[in-house]
Amino acid sequence: MSEAMADNTKGGSAPLPYSGDPSEVRDWFQLLKPRVMTLVVFTGLVGMVVAPGHLHPVLAVTAILCIAVAAGAAGAINMWYDRDIDAVMRRTQGRPIPAGKIEAGAALSYGIFLSVMSVVVMGLATNWVAAAVLAFSICFYVFVYTMWLKRRTPQNIVIGGAAGAFPPVIGWAAVTGSVTLEPLVLFAIIFFWTPPHFWALSLWAHADYERAGVPMLPVVAGARETRRQILLYTILLAPLGLAPWLLGFAGPAYAVVAGGLGLGFLYCATTVWRDQQDATGRSLTNDAPARRTFRFSLLYLALLFAALAAEHLVLR
Amino acid sequence: MTPDERAALDRRRRHRNWAMLGALGGLVVLFYFITIAKFVH
Repeated sequence: MSEAMADNTKGGSAPLPYSGDPSEVRDWFQLLKPRVMTLVVFTGLVGMVVAPGHLHPVLAVTAILCIAVAAGAAGAINMWYDRDIDAVMRRTQGRPIPAGKIEAGAALSYGIFLSVMSVVVMGLATNWVAAAVLAFSICFYVFVYTMWLKRRTPQNIVIGGAAGAFPPVIGWAAVTGSVTLEPLVLFAIIFFWTPPHFWALSLWAHADYERAGVPMLPVVAGARETRRQILLYTILLAPLGLAPWLLGFAGPAYAVVAGGLGLGFLYCATTVWRDQQDATGRSLTNDAPARRTFRFSLLYLALLFAALAAEHLVLR
Repeated sequence: MTPDERAALDRRRRHRNWAMLGALGGLVVLFYFITIAKFVH
């Protein structure tokens, strides 16, 4: 473990330059991690679509808005806490806080304000079960993932990935007012999808994490072990993708799509595992299979959830 | 501060104020429609 990693468990303590100039509106928007928001909104929407029952369109749009804002707010608090490592990593150096465009304290207030607002509006618009799950997901992302796990364990992505798995549960709860087995299956799919997705990325982006002292699996356990873990999680994920059909809340069309996507993901993970490596496990192909697997993982989740929603909208 | 910097600063401040107004206006409209929808639902 590098020296930087050993010392890097407190987060956000280093003073960063703040330009003092008024920030642009787009800087505040960037603080909400808009790209992450898209996935969250999509999976939350699918949770609402497949849930039994009906929600007034205005309330449904409000619920989706709350999920998006809550995810963004948690992202803003994450950027506040991680500002020291963001300044070190090439991928995150341009974020508003390390770039000196937004003062750290202002970003924290913004994140807390939006978090509270999203939970309150969700409660008023739909029900307090959905609001409670939303609040729990924000707290999980901020306290469990960002503050506790991210800098301490290579399993950060595994447990922390649960934070990103909540949106379909929230969407379901917004419609039904309860949390049953079905949304928990959707939760499990995203939960088991997250490690192979992020570890595929970290196989070729680990230099950035190493520089920042974040103990991602390839940094701590090496590329060879990471490839093995990607395959193991994909072996668990592929049959899990069929669970909605086995439990009866998805039909045969979904099963065909899920089966095909699962086999595709398994094929990709196998190519990662069998990638040509040197004695230290470093890829001799510039991690081409890992890059392909990362792209496929995005397609996998999008198509899987789209198939689930489409089947409910068209065939049921 | 040069006139150009001053103008850029004013522009950004103006943008932020408009965004704040938009956000507050959006919330008012949102609460209005939530109330109506809750009555109908």
